[in-house]
Amino acid sequence: MSRSYDRALTVFSPDGHLFQVEYALEAVRRGTCAVGVRGGSCVVLGVEKKSALQLQDPRTVRKVAMLDDHVCVAFAGLTADGRILIDKARVECQSHRLTVEDPVSIEYITKHIAGIQQKYTQSGGVRPFGISTLVVGFDPNDTIPRLYQTEPSGIYSAWKACAIGRASKTVREFLEKNYTEELSREEAIKLTVKSLLEVVQTGAKNIEISVMERYGVITNLEQSEIEKIVAGIDAEKEAEAERKRQRLAATQAGQASMAMGSQAPSGAQTPAPGAGAGGGEHGEGHATVPGGESGIQ
Amino acid sequence: MECSFGITGKDYVLLCSDTSAGRSIVRMKSDENKIKSLGPHLAMAYGGEPGDTNNFAEYVERNMRLYHIRNNYPLLPGPASAWIRRTLAESIRSRSPYSVNLLLGGFDTTTSKPHLYWIDYLGTKAVVPYAAHGMGVYVSLSTMDKWWFDGMDKKEGIEVLKKCIDEVQKRLTIRFNFNCILIDADGTHTINIESEDPLADFESKTGSAAQQEGIEVPQPPIDVGVTA
Repeated sequence: MSRSYDRALTVFSPDGHLFQVEYALEAVRRGTCAVGVRGGSCVVLGVEKKSALQLQDPRTVRKVAMLDDHVCVAFAGLTADGRILIDKARVECQSHRLTVEDPVSIEYITKHIAGIQQKYTQSGGVRPFGISTLVVGFDPNDTIPRLYQTEPSGIYSAWKACAIGRASKTVREFLEKNYTEELSREEAIKLTVKSLLEVVQTGAKNIEISVMERYGVITNLEQSEIEKIVAGIDAEKEAEAERKRQRLAATQAGQASMAMGSQAPSGAQTPAPGAGAGGGEHGEGHATVPGGESGIQ
Repeated sequence: MECSFGITGKDYVLLCSDTSAGRSIVRMKSDENKIKSLGPHLAMAYGGEPGDTNNFAEYVERNMRLYHIRNNYPLLPGPASAWIRRTLAESIRSRSPYSVNLLLGGFDTTTSKPHLYWIDYLGTKAVVPYAAHGMGVYVSLSTMDKWWFDGMDKKEGIEVLKKCIDEVQKRLTIRFNFNCILIDADGTHTINIESEDPLADFESKTGSAAQQEGIEVPQPPIDVGVTA
């Protein structure tokens, strides 16, 4: 029944869906992941990039593009569609400068991109753009970092931190859990890398990071810098895991002592085995307490 | 009533333009900047019908910038001159032609060679070592013929330019003020041609001097972009 409603783009299905637009969203979900994080005075774009084939020149495969001196965009979905949309946006940036002698504001260009995307959901003989974009930058004469997202349907919205593409739901949830206001440059970069690592299993070599610090100042992080950050995150995770293991050991020791404690009712003795199992790390003192308490009860 | 010069040297090109704006015999303004920077190593001095000149110069500027952003590198002087010439040639064949004459100067960073192009509103382009547009043509070309030689250093080039300006002030009834830039491997610099020793204050300034003095130089090259 419903099959005939996904042929012509401009036809609604009886329950109010535009199937082609929803398929476009599916194309986005299958694209590589892109993350944007807004810090206190900077904005970071991180993308997952496919590893280049052995004989391919990796420099020719980019997912982050400048639209103007102060606007940067990353996309997820069909790269070929992205190229066309980016080119349209670049022309608009210069055209805007030509007509009003001012650079575009981030909201303006986002609205323009979303407008183009919407047009392709309502015209005959075309299909929607199979991409979502993250538009970041600084407005002229302003120090507030901006981050916007657009979708194939033509929706656009402003974000503090956002993810699009593959596993974007997982990454967005991660960001929701870990985002704090007024992140510094380093913190924002770290959060971006960390959230990307949720979906990128291969680590630093498949991550690309661009940081915009103020109007017109943008840097691409070197591979070595990203590797360093990833190594830092790994070390942190390792330490966390180590602490967990010790805590577990302490809890077990506590339970063991509880078993013993039921035989010999001496509360002062109970923490001692826990501290011994902790291996003398200072954080262990706290970790033993719950075990100790459970030992008492 | 305008006057502009361009002179190439060993590793630089000089562009110089008068700064008057007006209609007929009336001068409305005597500090109009008629040199536009089109990229890190490209600029043009333009004259012609007021209004057309600004429109055309901004149109060229934005298209050069668009090319830079699309391709991650700026258009080199040669291709830029071809594009500008073609635009003017198409314009003269349209309903509303631009009436703009210009001197395009640039420094090719890939070969480290200076370039100068003489382009007029008819879509004529000439590759020249030195050139003039406007009133200055009548009195300064002979000066440049006499004093210009191949491989001039900055000091010698500025000397020739000063001789041309002196000739203009001597022979023409109109008084001009001049505005001058120099493009070399480091980019675009403004030169105060009316001072005693223009090179001295040029050398005492840092690379970003041009920006401080009101010649808009586009942002440094963009190194992020989709090329695939």
